[in-house]
Amino acid sequence: MGLFAGYVAAVAGLLVGVILIALARFHPPAFSALRGAATDLVSPVTNGGRAVVVAVTDSADEVAAYWNAGAQNATLRRELAASRARLVEARVLHYENARLKALAGLVAATPERVAVAQVVGSTASSARRLVTLSVGAASGVRRGQPVRSTEGLVGRVIETGRISARVLLVTDASSTVPALLVRTGLPVLATGHGDGRIDLRALAAGAAPFRRGDLIATSGTGGVYPPGIPIAVVTEAHRETAVGMPLADPARLDYAVVLRIFEPDLPSPAPAPRGP
Amino acid sequence: MSRLAPEEIRALLPLRARAVPIVATMAASALATLPIVTDMPLLPPFGLLMLLAWRLLRPELWQAWVGLPLGLFDDLMSGQPIGSAMALWTIVLLALDLSDNRAIWQDYWHDLLIATFALAFCIAGGWMVVAFTAAAPSLLAMVPQMVLAILLMPSAIRIAARLDRFRLAR
Repeated sequence: MGLFAGYVAAVAGLLVGVILIALARFHPPAFSALRGAATDLVSPVTNGGRAVVVAVTDSADEVAAYWNAGAQNATLRRELAASRARLVEARVLHYENARLKALAGLVAATPERVAVAQVVGSTASSARRLVTLSVGAASGVRRGQPVRSTEGLVGRVIETGRISARVLLVTDASSTVPALLVRTGLPVLATGHGDGRIDLRALAAGAAPFRRGDLIATSGTGGVYPPGIPIAVVTEAHRETAVGMPLADPARLDYAVVLRIFEPDLPSPAPAPRGP
Repeated sequence: MSRLAPEEIRALLPLRARAVPIVATMAASALATLPIVTDMPLLPPFGLLMLLAWRLLRPELWQAWVGLPLGLFDDLMSGQPIGSAMALWTIVLLALDLSDNRAIWQDYWHDLLIATFALAFCIAGGWMVVAFTAAAPSLLAMVPQMVLAILLMPSAIRIAARLDRFRLAR
């Protein structure tokens, strides 16, 4: 391609890019098939990524053990290291066991579940707060379904591939969840802040309804999120607003349960998040 | 004998010499899908770092339209709305071409300064696209990522230079 034709192509493509951005604003589901295919493509890779990290750590340990073998107290050290590693391993297993037991209890107690999935990645370089799940449309996951973990509400599905799905976290700035203050039953809107915190706004006038340590849970209003799922704990209380930390810390989160939409037949008055 | 135009030289290069920069940039974009889950946008835009490194190292390597396919791939990997990196990267490449036509000479520190502006522009631009299509956090939340990206730029240039030696090795 000639130099001038190259510039013409670049400017034309630039306009196409701007049109695509506008399309994402005014018709969010556009290209969801393409995006779903992309997450499908990388989901198994990222899923295996954890195993690779473990394997690399293991082989590094083996190299270190080889060098230590030359030293006088190699045997002792190796035994100590092995038992230490085993101790850590046992602790990790114990922790995982506790988590899986909690999850098993949750799975047994939630007949409205669609699928149980692993969180395999997130949009760590984008201003959006999305995580990728290891299940998709093949397991019955659909756009709009709520997602929770053992600790609390995670978010809702906004894109599905065949074997992967993207979840809009409750901490995303475009996510709003109808909730209530558990202590008083006061209706509250929980909006993401985009940096890991959640803004809480009381829907009724009243003097300082929030206190530090208050629990916020879903109210079931709007028919998307089932009632009674904990969302956040209030960490900063102001007059009619408050800031909370999500209970389901996305950085710690490894397993999540996709739920059915609570009352899908209701016309949803809840402010729905606008997705790409 | 007449001088060859850059695109004629490109056509003469072997496959490896043409493919390595593209593969490296796409691989850097794909780093965004690592199994890392963060509360804030923290991971620097690796794809953009690689693109800028190649563009500064070998200005004649690419025409400005290369930002479109590479940006599309980056959008699919990063979870940004489609069109975001496509448009922003192309704007940056066009602006770099313009500045190259005017600059009389340019050294390493000019390159880093230009890359700093380009990174700040693309991260702020990506934030604006998210604010336009959905809703974005405050711009302050993007500052750590911006600082991290700018500090990583020299490493990106070094990696690109290493790959360049491999690319042109016989």
